[in-house]
Amino acid sequence: MENGDNGPMIVAKGLRRTFKTRKSVFEAVRSIDFEVQKGEIVGFLGPNGAGKTTTLKMLCTLLEPTDGSATVAGVDLRRDPVEVRRRIGYVPQSGSTSGDAKAGDEIVWHAELFGIDRATARKRGEDLLAALELEDIWAKKCSALSGGQRRRLDIVMGLIHQPQVVFLDEPTTGLDPQSRANLWNHIRKLRDEFGTTVFLTTHYMDEADSLSDRILIIDHGRIVSQGTPKELKKTVSGDAITLTLRDNEDAEAAAEIGGALAGASAPMVEGNVVRVQVQDGAASLPRLLRDLTARDIEAIGVEVARPTLDDVFLTLTGRSLRD
Amino acid sequence: MKKYFHDSLVVFRRSLTIALQNPVWLMISLMQPILYLALFGPLLQRIANTPGFPPGDAWQVFVPGLLVQLGIFGAFFVGFGIIAEWRNGVIDRMMVTPASRTALISGRVLRDILMITIQGAVLMGVAYLFGLRISMQAVIGGLFVVALLGAAFAYLSYAAGLALKSEDALAPLVNTIALPILLLSGILLPMTLAPRWLQILSDINPIKHVVDAERAIFRGDLLGPSTLLGVGLAVVIVFLAAYVGNLVFRQQTR
Repeated sequence: MENGDNGPMIVAKGLRRTFKTRKSVFEAVRSIDFEVQKGEIVGFLGPNGAGKTTTLKMLCTLLEPTDGSATVAGVDLRRDPVEVRRRIGYVPQSGSTSGDAKAGDEIVWHAELFGIDRATARKRGEDLLAALELEDIWAKKCSALSGGQRRRLDIVMGLIHQPQVVFLDEPTTGLDPQSRANLWNHIRKLRDEFGTTVFLTTHYMDEADSLSDRILIIDHGRIVSQGTPKELKKTVSGDAITLTLRDNEDAEAAAEIGGALAGASAPMVEGNVVRVQVQDGAASLPRLLRDLTARDIEAIGVEVARPTLDDVFLTLTGRSLRD
Repeated sequence: MKKYFHDSLVVFRRSLTIALQNPVWLMISLMQPILYLALFGPLLQRIANTPGFPPGDAWQVFVPGLLVQLGIFGAFFVGFGIIAEWRNGVIDRMMVTPASRTALISGRVLRDILMITIQGAVLMGVAYLFGLRISMQAVIGGLFVVALLGAAFAYLSYAAGLALKSEDALAPLVNTIALPILLLSGILLPMTLAPRWLQILSDINPIKHVVDAERAIFRGDLLGPSTLLGVGLAVVIVFLAAYVGNLVFRQQTR
């Protein structure tokens, strides 16, 4: 279907972008392929300079791809960029409003550029502001808003024309932890209440982890892995269970029990502490405790540690995402 | 075409409303020509009888120069505003709308034309108090030329601002271009007073002919060769500047 109602919202095939200067050629994005389904929140995770924003700008028609193709909301990016713009919302990394303008004015002017009349723009704008808990900012200057409020206003503007997919470039950069968590809730609400497909770039692991249905990890212009946060973390080495026993002499027996768990690696024993990697720590824990009790082994502490996305990135690229 | 006008008007209303939020800047930009009028004009009256001084009284020679200066300098600094808008994400945000690319710049230029024309009218009003006497046709013709210059230099300034994306780079560029244009156009002192070599250099500068046209209009010579040459050159400069401005705007997505 032409409007992409039944198909994927984004299909990128061999998308590539190089930047040429007089002295060098820099490949920012090197032939990437991926799809985003309707109603998904997809996080595009990678360190600074990995190619996230370049990819996003290509999908938003702000940069022409050097090679490859993409359809966004059912429309070919190269053939009809104007129609793509009608169907998408874009929230730039650096904001989207002038400090001297009033919030309500910016919303209406932006809507008018999509051919929406002023009365409809005002009604939609007020509804969206209410949905993002910004009811009282209509007549305020944008410069008078807090960082979190201004970011939510950017999102309202990105949604005013009811796009099928919204692109958020580093949506929470520069916000305090409370505002970030608040914004995550609002982004989830976009999908749950409005059915909007969300494609966001981020270099925050916790953001990608907590917000995304699916994550694409990009590094040096290539997608190095993709999957749900859970799937990605499972590719590392499963969960780590650390058992602390009352008696050192029970350690070998406890290691034997731990080693028998599903997908377990060879246990490591250090005094009264036994460590074992398993496929699914939460699922293995009841059996482990039951078997320990059956053999009269007393554990005084149990810890299940799940791998982080940073571990995933480290495994895939050999360096930390924090570098 | 209907969409182009609609989008231009939206961008025009936005730019104008935001500019009016800071009326102090409007006052400051008007102060410079008024200071010239008050503090430099009386000097010219003393030399109005010097051999080589062009025809017309001192105010009819001096005020057209100030108007041209207003057209150039009033518009040549608008590029700083577009750098701020680019930094705030406004340009990218507008580029991801179905709005006409040309409208995104022409709406802004329209605002600049309106503001410079109003400032020109105020300047003429103040000059009247000092003793300027010209016909209503000359007032309208004079403001038309100012509007043309405003449009041309606004387009060029937006193009330079968006291409450089740095205030630190734009400021020296604007000054480097504006200063010789100013000195070689006879805005403050008529080039008829200049030595021959300076006159030859000045003749190459199209703005000198625009200043001559403005002075001719002020003398009531609305359709003379001097007027037609200057206005014709101003129109050509507007088209060239609009072409460059639109080119740079379009290249933002390349």
